[in-house]
Amino acid sequence: MAKADFETPELHEYVDVPAVTEGTMAHLSPFVAKPDHNTDLNFPPQLVEDWHARALDKLDDLRSRYRGLQVYLDSCVKCGSCTDKCHYFLGTKDPKNMPVGRQDLLRKVYRRYFTFAGKYFPKLVGAEDLTRDTLDEWYSYYHQCSQCRRCSVFCPYGIDTAEISMAAREILDSIGYGQKYCNEIIAKLNKIGNNLGLPGPALQDTLEGLEEDVEDDTGVAVKYPLDQKGADILLVTPSADFFAEPHVDGLIGYGKVFHEAGVSWTLSSYASEAANFGMFIGSYENMRRVSLRIRKAALDLGVKRIVFGECGHAWRVAYSFLNTLAGPFDFLDPDYPVPQHILEFTWDQIQKGNLKFDKSANDDKVLTFHDSCNVARATRMGNKPGGQFEIPRNVIKAVCNNYVDMHHETIGERTFCCGGGGGLLTDDLMEIRVKGALPRMTALRNAMEEEGVTHMAAICAICKSQFTKVLPYYGMDMDQIVSVHQLVSDAIILTGQDDDEDGEESENEGEA
Amino acid sequence: MSLFFSLLFIVATLVLVIGLARKIFQYARTPAPLKIPTMPAPINQAGVVMRLFREVVFFESLFKSTKWTWLFGWMFHLGLLLVLLRHLRYFMDPVWLPIQLIQPFGKYAGFAMVIGLAGLLVRRIFVDRVRYISSPSDYLWLVILIVIGFSGLMMSFVVHTDVVMVKSFFVGLLGFDFGTLPLDLPLMVHLLLVALLMLLFPFSKLLHVPGLFFSPSRNQVDNPREKRHIAPWAKAMEDQQS
Repeated sequence: MAKADFETPELHEYVDVPAVTEGTMAHLSPFVAKPDHNTDLNFPPQLVEDWHARALDKLDDLRSRYRGLQVYLDSCVKCGSCTDKCHYFLGTKDPKNMPVGRQDLLRKVYRRYFTFAGKYFPKLVGAEDLTRDTLDEWYSYYHQCSQCRRCSVFCPYGIDTAEISMAAREILDSIGYGQKYCNEIIAKLNKIGNNLGLPGPALQDTLEGLEEDVEDDTGVAVKYPLDQKGADILLVTPSADFFAEPHVDGLIGYGKVFHEAGVSWTLSSYASEAANFGMFIGSYENMRRVSLRIRKAALDLGVKRIVFGECGHAWRVAYSFLNTLAGPFDFLDPDYPVPQHILEFTWDQIQKGNLKFDKSANDDKVLTFHDSCNVARATRMGNKPGGQFEIPRNVIKAVCNNYVDMHHETIGERTFCCGGGGGLLTDDLMEIRVKGALPRMTALRNAMEEEGVTHMAAICAICKSQFTKVLPYYGMDMDQIVSVHQLVSDAIILTGQDDDEDGEESENEGEA
Repeated sequence: MSLFFSLLFIVATLVLVIGLARKIFQYARTPAPLKIPTMPAPINQAGVVMRLFREVVFFESLFKSTKWTWLFGWMFHLGLLLVLLRHLRYFMDPVWLPIQLIQPFGKYAGFAMVIGLAGLLVRRIFVDRVRYISSPSDYLWLVILIVIGFSGLMMSFVVHTDVVMVKSFFVGLLGFDFGTLPLDLPLMVHLLLVALLMLLFPFSKLLHVPGLFFSPSRNQVDNPREKRHIAPWAKAMEDQQS
């Protein structure tokens, strides 16, 4: 990996809305997909000769199948409400990274070819011809959007740039101009079962290693089962949880919670991936194909429930789309929501009093929580709107003594994306990832200085990987990002736990 | 001249009604294949009605975003609403009581409308981000609306037009009875631009009016786990592949 050639933005007390500076990010485009990866996804291997006609046909097709796209293309009044809401604009000053600026790249073509005003008065309404340069501009800027939906919160019509980005990426894919990172990963998942290409034996090996570690640590034989038929719960978790830090500490935590709750559970090697990159490229067909693996795994293993691990976009596809894409799930236990989030499961167990914690185990930390964009603005947890904000915080507070929120304009529905979501978590896009992290880094640094925060917890594999990479650019430490279930794991007291290593506890025992 | 206006308004009304109906039909016919409400979202239909109500009446999302745009935008739209209601008196005889009651507010609402529009125009010119995203048509809409408002205020407060004559023209036109209009300059400008607005409405960004009601991020219920949501084309794909 070549060290990227750009300057990390400086952190100030506030993120000032920058003056518009055209073209600052025009140079950045991700690597283009190889022919094999495109054809694996049923896209043309490379840019087709008749791209002009086919791109317009695809746009026409999409607007007839997606009401959102049609309404969003028509409704924008250019009020400017969204212009200062995107973390990528705030970090780069490039006006094509303002949500409306990004949308207009597609909208100007829509207007030119599909509206009366754009056909006859293109200059008047800002309509423009579709040219080869347009394609490159789409390719560049639609891969500088993490589909985080922050703009849609503030738009008076709810125009969601994520939907426009997805449509644009699907158009590009349909003419053979796909992105390497996303398409390669989807192809890998279709072949092997997860984004990282970890085959079943490797997973088995990793899980056995975890079992040994946990037993060494606690003296309790917590199991991390794989492909166990007849288990009650199928856990689907992002494949980064199998080995990346701090993700794997979260996976250890899920296992401990299941163990203490006394439920039988299993992972699946066939559906060993929660993330669904089909969403990033806007392809219903690919998203459905990926989702159907989970349905098949649930049927083959004969489970009664499906639980998802900590993953942001995965939870969006799981919560909002899984029933649509791969349902109905009438073969599962109707007493539980399908699917459930691991935090819903853990919080439920905490409320029932089934889990015991030693909160002081996390006393070396002052925690804050990063609301992952897609969990915050595209999903829910629990049965009340906003449960996606409350439940993670409730769980953290149940296992930690020291918790504070970051500035209120940077959390909840207003949360800032980590900078690496939506198919951008690749080294060839490092510049936009670092610059896009500016608002979150600013909020974190302020919380560190004002509230003494030491660690930030997250519930998304992408957020965790992104922060691990980006924190050092801003002079912070990569270990400051932790999994929520890592905190659970550190504080949970397993039944029959061997307390030898815990000085305080053993002293108490000695006295007793 | 009066005949020209009679025909113009008949055509403008037809274009407005048919054009909007076509657009609404297009939106209604196009499926929303996935559940994409911006969360947190209401978990039942009544909640969605309330969300849209707050959005339409108070511009809730814009209020969250930027107070100046909200203030000017809301002043303009509220002013416009009162002005439009007041104008109903030119199309009915006798005038309904509610419309009579609105009269004093409607008269001054014209000022709120023009001030709001002027604020939006200033913002469009001086905020670099908004200037960047503006096309000539974005400025022209504001100018057209300001001139409509200004010419209307002129007639109300400066050079009075023979409103009795105007009223009989429009009441007559409702029964395709072509009457005569007073040939005053402010009135000519006012009517010409209103007709232009009606003609362009279905082909322009004024489509944000029906658009809001069809926006999936605002009008969907948050219940994907409880209720399976599937579009006809997606169902067809499913049946074909299984």
